[in-house]
Order: sequence, then C-alpha cells, then structure tokens
Amino acid sequence: MAITDTHITFIEQKARDIRATIIEMLLAAKSGHTAGPLGMADIFAALYFYILTHNPEAPDWEGRDRLVLSNGHIAPVRYSAMAHAGYFPVEECLTLRKFGTRLQGHPERTKLPGVETTSGPLGSGLSQASGMAYGLRMDGKKNRVYCLMSDGELQEGNTWEAALFAGKNRLSNLTAIIDRNNIQIDGMTEDIMPLEPLADKWRAFNFHVIEIDGHNIEEIVNAAELAKAVAEKPTMIIAHTIPGKGVPEIEGDFRWHGNPPGKGPSDKVPADKQGEVFLKEIRSMGGKVPHEYA
Amino acid sequence: MLNSNAKLVPNLFEAKLESKSTRDGFGTGSVAAGKENQNVVVLSADLKESTRAEWFEKEFPERFIELGVAEQNMATVAAGLAAVGKIPYITSYAAFSPGRNWEQIRTTIALNDVPVIVCGMHAGVSVGPDGATHQMLEDIALMRAMPNMIVINPMDAEEARKATIAAAALGKPAYLRFGRANVPVITTLETPFSIGKALSLYAHEKPEIAIFTTGALAYEALKAAKNLEEKGIPVSVTHVATVKPLDTASLLQAAKQAGKVMTLEEHQIAGGFGSAVAEVLSEHYPVPVKRLGLTDEFGQSGEPDELLAHYGLSAPGIEEAARAFHAL
Repeated sequence: MAITDTHITFIEQKARDIRATIIEMLLAAKSGHTAGPLGMADIFAALYFYILTHNPEAPDWEGRDRLVLSNGHIAPVRYSAMAHAGYFPVEECLTLRKFGTRLQGHPERTKLPGVETTSGPLGSGLSQASGMAYGLRMDGKKNRVYCLMSDGELQEGNTWEAALFAGKNRLSNLTAIIDRNNIQIDGMTEDIMPLEPLADKWRAFNFHVIEIDGHNIEEIVNAAELAKAVAEKPTMIIAHTIPGKGVPEIEGDFRWHGNPPGKGPSDKVPADKQGEVFLKEIRSMGGKVPHEYA
Repeated sequence: MLNSNAKLVPNLFEAKLESKSTRDGFGTGSVAAGKENQNVVVLSADLKESTRAEWFEKEFPERFIELGVAEQNMATVAAGLAAVGKIPYITSYAAFSPGRNWEQIRTTIALNDVPVIVCGMHAGVSVGPDGATHQMLEDIALMRAMPNMIVINPMDAEEARKATIAAAALGKPAYLRFGRANVPVITTLETPFSIGKALSLYAHEKPEIAIFTTGALAYEALKAAKNLEEKGIPVSVTHVATVKPLDTASLLQAAKQAGKVMTLEEHQIAGGFGSAVAEVLSEHYPVPVKRLGLTDEFGQSGEPDELLAHYGLSAPGIEEAARAFHAL
C-alpha cells in the first residue's frame, strides 16, 4: 500500500520535532555532533514512525525489527527519535552526555533499552547487523535488520569485510542505509578519501542498490518497502542528504560535523544566539512544513 | 608431593603420558557444548583445520560459519549473532584474534556484554617454526585489561575441553587461550575445574617457594618441583587457569605459606599473568616475586621444545630460576 499524503505530513512533522530536540539537547550538552543528526532526521522519523516494526513500551520484544546505528556519533538523532516515539520522556534528552545519563555520548546497549548495539568506533555496524540477520534467519524469524551507516566510515576496512559476508550469505533480511552527506571531520569525503563510484561498489559486492533523496519521506519509505521485496540479496539504500538539514548556517558545512550549536562556526549568527536562531529556522523549515508552532 | 585432590593422571612422573594440544581440547569441547545447547555456533576465519573448528563443522555444519580471512568481521558478526541469542565461539590464531580485532572485541563484545567466546589458538612461543609473527605473547595483557572479559588459559587438552564447555554456560564475554603444540595430558575427567578457581597441583608442609603457573607449562612446573624438592628446596605448584578474575584467596594462602612467589607463563612478563599476581600480592601480602616468561622480546622460529628451553620455560630452566630465586 502506497504511503498517503497524510502519513507523509505526519512524518515530516515528526522530523521537525526530532530536529528541534536535537538542537535543544546539544545546547544543553555543550558538546556533540550537529550536522549528521540534523541530516538524518527525516530518515529516523520515517523509520521510527512508519518503517520499523517495534514497540516502544517493550523495547526487548522478540518480534521487533533490529535497528543498528553504525555511526554512533549521530546518537542525538536516535535519542531524539526514540524519545518522540515514546521510548522515554523527551525531557530526558536534555541529559545527553551528562554524568549518570542513559544517553551516553555514543550509544550503549547496556545503558538504554532499545539500543541494539554499542557504537562509536566506526565501520563495525554492518557486520553486527549481518550477524543479527544471519542469526535471525537461522531461527526462521521474519524480523528485518536495518543498519544506518555514514559515508565517511566506509573508509574502514571492516565495512568491506561485512559487505563480502552479507553478499555471500544473501542476507535479504538486511537493509542498510548510507547517509551520503559527503562530509567527514577533516573535509569532504571525495577530498579525504574518495568513495565514488559508491553505488557501483555496493553492486559489485552483490547488494541491491537504491539511491534516494534522504529528505524525501516518500522516497525513503518506498525504498524501504522495495528492499523487503528483494530476494537473495541485501539492500543498500544510498540516501543523499544535506548535513545540517533544516538550519541554513549549518547545511553542507563540514566544520559543523563535530560542533554543537553555541560553539560552531558561523559568519552570520554569533555563538550565543545560535540556539535560538537555529530553533526558529527549524520550526519554519522555509515554510515547507505545516506545523502548529511554525 | 603431588596433590591427590587434583586427581591427576596416576604415576604422573613414571607413566607414559598421552600427548595432545590444548586446541584439541577446544575441538572436543566445542562439539560437546554444541550438543548441549542448540544456540552454540562456531565461527572460523580460514583456519578451521588448525584451530580444530572443523571438528564442530563436521557435527553441526549448519551452525558453522566461515568468514574467510577477516578477523575484525568475525568478532563483529559474532557480536550480532550473540545479540539475537546465539553463543558464538570465534576461532583464529591469537595473533590475529584478539591481536588484530581487539577494538572490535572491546566495543562490540565486552562493552556490549554479549556472550561471545574469543578462542585464541597458537598462543605462546610453542607455536614453533612459524616464528615471531604467529607466536602471540601479549594477548593476556590485552584481554585482562578489558572490563567484562573473563580470561582462561588451560593447562592441557582435558582442562581445555572442560573450559570450552564451561565458557558456553557463562553468558558473558570470555577469552580462551590455546596452544598449538602437543603437551602431556596430566589431568583426568575427575580433576576439578571451575572458572575462577585455582588448582593446587603440588604441595608441601613448608614450601619455600610457591610456583603459580598458567597455560600448558604445568607439567614442566611439576617436573621442576619434584627435582627441587629432592634437592632440598620444597615448593608448591598452583595452576591458575582463570587469569581473570584471579582466585585471590587461594593465591594469597599459597603465598603466605611459602613467603616467595614465582610465576610462569608463555607470555610477556609485562602485563601478563605474573603482573596480575604481582598486583594482588603487592596490595594484599607483599612478598618477593620472580616472574618467568618472555622479557620484552619477540619469539623466533624453532621447535617448541627448543624454544621453551631457550626462554627458560621448560623444567630445567624453571628449576634453575627457582634455585637462584631461593638463594636471594
């Protein structure tokens, strides 16, 4: 069944809520990554509010799909999405990175129910997701495994070991999504260590490849749906995203990879005004998203 | 004299002993664990013959997973399998696993606290002709520093079998260390084994040195102990299979009885078993400690016996070191 316009609008509103919370939590934390989480808000909204089979009230429910976040540094978007989906109170997001919090700087499986695996060190998510997909299939279970990855982390060798394994074993219950935002800490991926031709690489490793606009809810949902119909192959969705999406001062600027609002580089917005200005920008989204507080 | 409670092979010093590697013990133990529990799986990184992982494959082909030459992937795939209820043994040479994939083990197995059993084969200089690249001598240090990780270093094939089976029931991450060379099987079905417990092998009313040994050096330690006692230096020998957590109570008791402690390991003395013992003693009961092992150097090619003798880890070397230590 095709997704309805009502659903799309609902998910877009959730994406905006997720973005606003990301800014608020990073302001409170005074450290953390900004660009990646904002850029992935649409995909996380689509996952937690449409694609995933899950139950926020029973995070360990056996029948759930598994969501592995390989690039753990974009944890704020996962925490924000989980909170808005009902895993824990949205106010708890403000404890991000603070002493005693369940919301560690990089997500930990043993700290927060609903986090399937600990991540941060890059390049190890796809192999863990592949292990989960393999194990679930051994037991004849129908749950799907989703793995979110960054583009920069594809420079890790472990990723390609996992690609060989997933291809060999035809893990059709595995859907991976690459956040193709073209930035990494030291600059643009194609300057630091080029990844292109990226889609061809994954095809060569026996993945079914789908390229989408990572900010278009309909494309995200349709790609995830199509992946379920692909037999004998894992699916790789290459989601073209704009890092920092939703805040013009951040969009596309690699210098925002690892800086929080209030400390980031901006010619137009002084540091002490960044939180307020960015939140306002997210809430209006250029007038594109209707919402009660736009 | 030999401790009868250890139920060792009768007439240990006179009998012709069966000789097997501790990796053989892994082979039989993993098959037994697989029979006990349907969730047990064995992962291999292109070394199934020499790790004995193929013994499991023969029994349970559908639960054997071949990853090719990719130890980082093996550790992380295993973490994923464990997260959905499997109990994976991951098998390779210790130089590569945990040598190459240490960070993956740290983050996705130890910090995740999932029950993956890392099986490092071909540990120690007794690997022999392959030389220094393949003789892992730093793995105990690497693994015992890791929170949530249990470290077990069995003494012979029979104890290795028991340790392999016991590890599957832990529900925790564990590191099991195995050797390539055939060594005498000195324990029996009745020899006690439990994770976290040291085992007294050789006792004396008034020992003057307490020898603590780990891994496949126990028989060498026993031969040395017998000679030393005959020559007027009574010693005790305690085998410590579980390097982490240490059986602190047993070790302190033996140290108090003897007043001097000597440690044996096929490993660097820096950061390894001897260091772990010294840490406990210095905090609780400081006594002079002599650590035998590799002293900040790599191994080399040679036959296992030649190499153990060269590095002072066979019975004559242990005896000589004990005499010098005793005379201090």
